[in-house]
Amino acid sequence: MTDLLNAVIGGTPVGCVFALLAVGLVLTYRTAGVFNLAFGAQAFVSAAVYYDTRVRHEWPIWAALVVSVFVVAPLLGYLLDRALFRHLRTARSIAKLVTTLGLLVAIPEITKLWFGGGASFGVKGIWPTTDEIGGPTIYRWGDYAVDGNQVATVLVTLAAVAALTAMFRWSQLGLRMRATVESPRMTELAGINADRISTFAWMLSSLFAGLAGVLLAPLFSQVNNENFLFLLIAAMAAAAFGSLRSIPMTLVGGIALGIGYQLLYTWLPAGSILSQGLRPALPFGALFLLLLFWPGLRDRREAADPLAGVDPPPPAPAATLRTRGMTISTRVLGVGVFVLISAGVAWFFDDFWVLLFVTGIVYAVIFCSITVITGMAGLLSLSQAAFAGIGAFTTAQLVDRFGMQVLLAIVLGAVLAAVVGGLFALPVLRLEGLYLALATLAFAAMFQFVVVPQDWAGGRNLEIPRPIIGSIDFSSTRAYYFLCLAFLGLASVAVLLIKRGTVGRYLDALRGSEVAAVSVGIDPRRARVTAFGLSAGIAGLGGGLLAVLDGRLNLLNYNFIQGLVWVVLVVTLGPRAIQAAITAGIMFKLFPELISRVDISALPDTLNPAQNPQALAFALFGLGALTYAKHPEGIIEFQTAKSLEFVNRHILRRPDPEAEAGDTGAETVEVAS
Amino acid sequence: MSPTTLLEAEGVTKRFAGITALSRASLRVDEGEIVGLIGPNGAGKTTLFDCIYGYLRPDGGQVRFCGEDLIGRRRHERARLGIGRTFQRIELFTGMSVRDHLLVAERARQGTGGLWRDLRGKGGPTSEEVARVDEVLDLLGLLDLAERPIEALSLGRARLVELGRALMIDPRLLLLDEPSSGLDGDETIAMGGVLTRVCADRQVAVLLVEHDVELVRAVTSRLYVLDFGTLIAEGATDTVLGDEAVRKAYLGST
Repeated sequence: MTDLLNAVIGGTPVGCVFALLAVGLVLTYRTAGVFNLAFGAQAFVSAAVYYDTRVRHEWPIWAALVVSVFVVAPLLGYLLDRALFRHLRTARSIAKLVTTLGLLVAIPEITKLWFGGGASFGVKGIWPTTDEIGGPTIYRWGDYAVDGNQVATVLVTLAAVAALTAMFRWSQLGLRMRATVESPRMTELAGINADRISTFAWMLSSLFAGLAGVLLAPLFSQVNNENFLFLLIAAMAAAAFGSLRSIPMTLVGGIALGIGYQLLYTWLPAGSILSQGLRPALPFGALFLLLLFWPGLRDRREAADPLAGVDPPPPAPAATLRTRGMTISTRVLGVGVFVLISAGVAWFFDDFWVLLFVTGIVYAVIFCSITVITGMAGLLSLSQAAFAGIGAFTTAQLVDRFGMQVLLAIVLGAVLAAVVGGLFALPVLRLEGLYLALATLAFAAMFQFVVVPQDWAGGRNLEIPRPIIGSIDFSSTRAYYFLCLAFLGLASVAVLLIKRGTVGRYLDALRGSEVAAVSVGIDPRRARVTAFGLSAGIAGLGGGLLAVLDGRLNLLNYNFIQGLVWVVLVVTLGPRAIQAAITAGIMFKLFPELISRVDISALPDTLNPAQNPQALAFALFGLGALTYAKHPEGIIEFQTAKSLEFVNRHILRRPDPEAEAGDTGAETVEVAS
Repeated sequence: MSPTTLLEAEGVTKRFAGITALSRASLRVDEGEIVGLIGPNGAGKTTLFDCIYGYLRPDGGQVRFCGEDLIGRRRHERARLGIGRTFQRIELFTGMSVRDHLLVAERARQGTGGLWRDLRGKGGPTSEEVARVDEVLDLLGLLDLAERPIEALSLGRARLVELGRALMIDPRLLLLDEPSSGLDGDETIAMGGVLTRVCADRQVAVLLVEHDVELVRAVTSRLYVLDFGTLIAEGATDTVLGDEAVRKAYLGST
């Protein structure tokens, strides 16, 4: 009984933080139609500002609180709405998701660049400190104890949620917000500026994120980026419990999760594998199960932006028309340039650059998996890192335990990843869009927290030799480079063939219109499970190649946050184009290295590329994703189309191909693939 | 010899939270005939259509196609059984050309594609497939537009592409959901002409859910009229349209 009560006392404040974030999430999801994956990152900003003002600049608590929660947080919300989400109202839900994903990657990196220092900082509560060591006051009675920060967290949460509920129910503004949710068009006709309402909703939700960021003290002693993603996922689970709709239920869900979290701590034997694995995985598991089974989410129609009805839908993108000759010549040119560069690297560069380049090539193989799942199937999967990890772990285990041929082990690893991907897809593909993205994120995180720490899976110190096939020894980096190039060639040819073949065209049809594809007899589940398995297999292949390249298992490579950066980068450059995946792979490794050579000593250390290349690169990758909504075909495809148009118009001096085809039908044109 | 019954709905009932949207509605479509289903807005036409096509599970009654129970079957299986359909709000595969729309349907009808075939480089359209597709495009007068991207077509032509796509699966029955919506008078008349021609040419039966009385009068031989979730009339088109109760419920002042 004491245990249970202690868990309730300890868990409630934790749950309150979850709930605060969750309420903010629901707020923007309902009033603006954006499920904000970057919400945890917004909390991170406020936490960083609070820490910076309170600890580094020694401001009084109230001043730091006011600035971080009541100034910075709403300002951020205002900026996000004005600069980004206002323009995305009529965008497809995947475009909104990608945008928030980009922010999720970029905001923490920018925050780190801004405030400098390491990736994590200590947390100070908002309760005045009274004892000598600077901790908050602790109140005890009997066997139970709470500290001031925990009390503050609970009180602030209850007050904030109560105020929000009251505002919705009784205030003029709340009425307007509810009206906007129901029908923005009617609201505007009634003379209310719906734009302003949505801006207000963004600022308000951002305020909740800020509160959560500052009230973290009971939860973590040190805060870094990953903690906020963890928090966000817990908040998503709470929001799912409230069916992404009900604020009281969201509060209950958050608190229940907090208590459950605490209970696992009490009940599981300390230090056991279970407690190490299960406890961090609880929110992910909860989210995963809720998404699959919670009746409240049965009605799976996503909240489109209710304001979407006010604006006319954006015009359909004019399909790019290009002649067969042009398509072939661009392909030949692309392959030619790639072959020249790769050969040049092998012959003229030293080992350092070759290593970098081969790592990029291996990442390009992994990124081909994103082309399949996101580009071809149109599904945003955030679990590619886990599938790459499965490939890598299998390869390592097979080589280490059974002394298997390395190349065979890599292939078997890919096969296993494909099987796991296919099995995972079976239940999960009932979900669509947002819910699918969340479920895959939860899966990737569970993989990292539950499977990776197990000895049988990871084995951190396994050594993996490079393969020797017959008389060819691939142990040198240069030789292995050619092997990886061969694999990349195989993977991209396979992807191209599938794209042109039945599976690819079925997926195209399903993306274009699922109901219509079903009406001609295409089985959507079968097509998507195939795509998912295939994509997981390619990721697994890349993962295995990467492990062999490193010569050991480097767990950081398969970290699920890295996986988010991968998706962001590939989708920005071009989700459907294989050349974009390859460019992304090489950029992923090469870009940080290149900018690290740019030493601008005029800049403060934290902003100087030479000092902070990785963070700067990731911040730029994340910001790049903000272009996705405008160019869903990707930057590379967009530029290709633009330069082809230029060639057409100014060099070949051809008239507009569409006009010509329309009138005479003389020229054969084909829709760009 | 009496024609075989293709589609048979018997006593289909559907309730939404206490409201009975459809009450014991029955209808039948025989081989080769064009049957209309009309009714004022909110009469339950779409509900009945959705129960037949499997978007809704009826609370009572049966839906059979060629004697086989349809309820509970997955939707894509309906195409394999020989039921094609078009959509009220047009549903096209964005980014594909007109011919590709039909080629996808043709491959789906054969059901022979797969990952392995793609990987051997044999996943592209075969010349027989292109020939079959072009035959249908020709029938619909779309052959000149075969290479155009679908976005470049007018709504009337896009509806023909939808029809062509549905024809590629060799349907025995076509369910057409308001094919005239969004079309002007001339286009509707043209659509009616094409429908009659296509059905005769391909020996397809049609269940036409429609608002436009002129189109219904022009193409259907039999008619069902729904009002407030119940069938209020059925029979030969001319008889039904002349019926007093129907005029009152549906046609109002006209």
